[in-house]
Amino acid sequence: MAMAIETPKQGFRLGMLIYDTRYRAITIQVIVLLLFLLFVGWLADNTRHNLALKGKDIDFSFLWRRAGYDIGQHLIPYTNDSTNFWAGLVGLINTLVVAVLGCIFSTILGVIFGVLRLSKNWVVARLMTVYIEMFRNVPLLLWIILVYVILGETRPQPKDFKAAADGTQIATMNLWDSVAVTNRGTNLPLPLLDRPLPGGYTSALAIIIVLIGSFWINHILSNRAKATQEATGVRPVMWWKTLAILVLPTLGLLLAMGFHLEYPVFKGFNFQGGINVAHAFTALLIALTLYYASVTAEIVRSGIQAINRGQSEAAYALGLRPGRTMNLIILPQALRVIIPPMISQWLSLTKDTSLGIAVSYLDLRGTLGGITLNQTGRELECMLLMMLIYLIISLIISAVANAYNASVKLKER
Amino acid sequence: MKKSVLLGTLAAAALVAGAAGATTLDDVKARGVLNCGSNTGLTGFGAPDADGNYQGFDVDLCKAIAAAVLGDQSKVKFIPTTGETRFTSLASGEVDLLVRNSTWTFSRDTDLKFDFVAVNYYDGQGFMVKKDLGVSSAKELNGATVCIQTGTTTELNLADFFKSNNITYTPVNVADDADAERQFLAGSCDAYTTDASGLASTRATLPKPDDYVILPEIISKEPLGPVVRHGDNQWGDIVRWTYFALVAAEEKGITKANVEEMATSTQDPEVKRLLGVEGDMGKMLGLDNEWAKRAIAANGNYGEIFEANIGMSTPIKLARGLNALWTQGGLQYTPPFR
Repeated sequence: MAMAIETPKQGFRLGMLIYDTRYRAITIQVIVLLLFLLFVGWLADNTRHNLALKGKDIDFSFLWRRAGYDIGQHLIPYTNDSTNFWAGLVGLINTLVVAVLGCIFSTILGVIFGVLRLSKNWVVARLMTVYIEMFRNVPLLLWIILVYVILGETRPQPKDFKAAADGTQIATMNLWDSVAVTNRGTNLPLPLLDRPLPGGYTSALAIIIVLIGSFWINHILSNRAKATQEATGVRPVMWWKTLAILVLPTLGLLLAMGFHLEYPVFKGFNFQGGINVAHAFTALLIALTLYYASVTAEIVRSGIQAINRGQSEAAYALGLRPGRTMNLIILPQALRVIIPPMISQWLSLTKDTSLGIAVSYLDLRGTLGGITLNQTGRELECMLLMMLIYLIISLIISAVANAYNASVKLKER
Repeated sequence: MKKSVLLGTLAAAALVAGAAGATTLDDVKARGVLNCGSNTGLTGFGAPDADGNYQGFDVDLCKAIAAAVLGDQSKVKFIPTTGETRFTSLASGEVDLLVRNSTWTFSRDTDLKFDFVAVNYYDGQGFMVKKDLGVSSAKELNGATVCIQTGTTTELNLADFFKSNNITYTPVNVADDADAERQFLAGSCDAYTTDASGLASTRATLPKPDDYVILPEIISKEPLGPVVRHGDNQWGDIVRWTYFALVAAEEKGITKANVEEMATSTQDPEVKRLLGVEGDMGKMLGLDNEWAKRAIAANGNYGEIFEANIGMSTPIKLARGLNALWTQGGLQYTPPFR
């Protein structure tokens, strides 16, 4: 008779949820989740209840009513007859412009500064240390206000650009009379077309298509040059071909459409014509860029120092110059370390654009969360909407950056 | 930053939900202090002086109400609010009443669920420019850059005014009077627009007031007054009638100096009722019978408060104008104390 171990037949009992280690962990998690949901539900219900007590309801219909206020800087058509929703959109675009430019500039500057801080040149390295420690240890808001005040208090007033009766001017324009920096903003020439293609955006579209075409042809040419180089060992002279292909077609198209610049001219109270960039925007962008460049520089430095010294020594042994060692050996490996913290820097930069309210920059916080909120008195709705929008922006940045991170990180098989 | 404050307020509001229900009057009496929403700093109307004590036209109304309700005009806590935060403060119960140059409008009264109980200053929106700009009318401001306080009715009036006159402007949205003053002085804007009283007040604090002019156009009606929450009518009545008591006192010639004497010597039945010598008006209001006497004794009647803070003898130099008594051609008028 074979020895058989009879496993005790045991059904599931309720007590096992607590005493059996197989189930206990799940039990605890379910209870915590339930408590958490109850807490959230209580908060939501309490908010609703208290709002009802004050006679307030949650209602988003204000978004479709006339906004009634004006916005100084808008990239899409906007008048005070537009809806609150449209005003919010104007603000959102202002937010995104500053965020995108800030991310690009601060990353470029940050990488340069981070590498320079590791320079063997004592003066350069110390200068970078001073810059980095100064910027990242003072609150961003103060930098924004400082830049804004400097621009506003040191530059001449617009009327100083006007020639007096005897022909003298207190202030003159820069760059062959094309750019005027006043104490309110920067006036730049506006590119215009005399003979645009019919339709709204067809001209811009045509330029983009021609540019893409040029780059594509250039790409084919450089591939061919590479093939020639690998076959014969001699690289054909390329630079004038590249230059001609990239520049000539676009230039031709622009000339055909009658491209010219409209220069800003002083008239009445202020400069008319051209593009006016308010100092609120400039100050916010400069402060965000410099502040986040200092943070980025530290991230880049840590990434570079994380690479084993043997890597650069090996590169030098192969005869690579320091610059090429950095570009070909160190930076690609350092990216693995650099990218994850950079993602959170881009996220905080985007969220910090809301500090623009300090210098009257009307971003999403200034329109939807500022004026609309005040004029309609719908605090909760506006705040919820803003939180949702910032959340979506952040999630998109995060998703894109994470995808990039996945493509550059060390592939382990 | 603002977000966390709001959420904090919501959470706090949720936690004290059980305590809600008591009337504002009971709350104030239990607390022993009146929480009055005030301006962050508008000279003459509500601003801290060199010692940090709030002084001004609006401030004196709060003090009179504290004297009427709590018996001591010093039992007021002034909570500074900006144009953006004032209504949230009032709605959340952080302040018991708001006396902060707030314009009475339809939507604030109805949609925001507030009650404007009186108009303590009839105002209108104006423009201030530098004299050397050579502008004599607001209609000449085509293309100008205009500093404007965000979150105020003036923001909407400004848009309407330029639109109806078919001229354009560039707005610079500033947070409060101090910011506006700085930007205006630095030349960031050609003109500053707000209530004419606010302009007079700002002009008085500028280094050289004579270099600036206030343009003649008044482009809106701005009835400014104390605000309370909807739904607590007793508290609304107390604020309204304390204010009316100050106006009635001016009409009847009762001043800070002679209020005690009037109470004993007067033969006028309305003055007797007002000062609590006869009748039981205080009881009807939920206060004791000497409420109005204390309110008047605090800083004097409406005219005295006006002259002491913003009148012709002060740097702000505002004439009574629309704010004179109805007997002198103004709009300040009280229903009978009967």
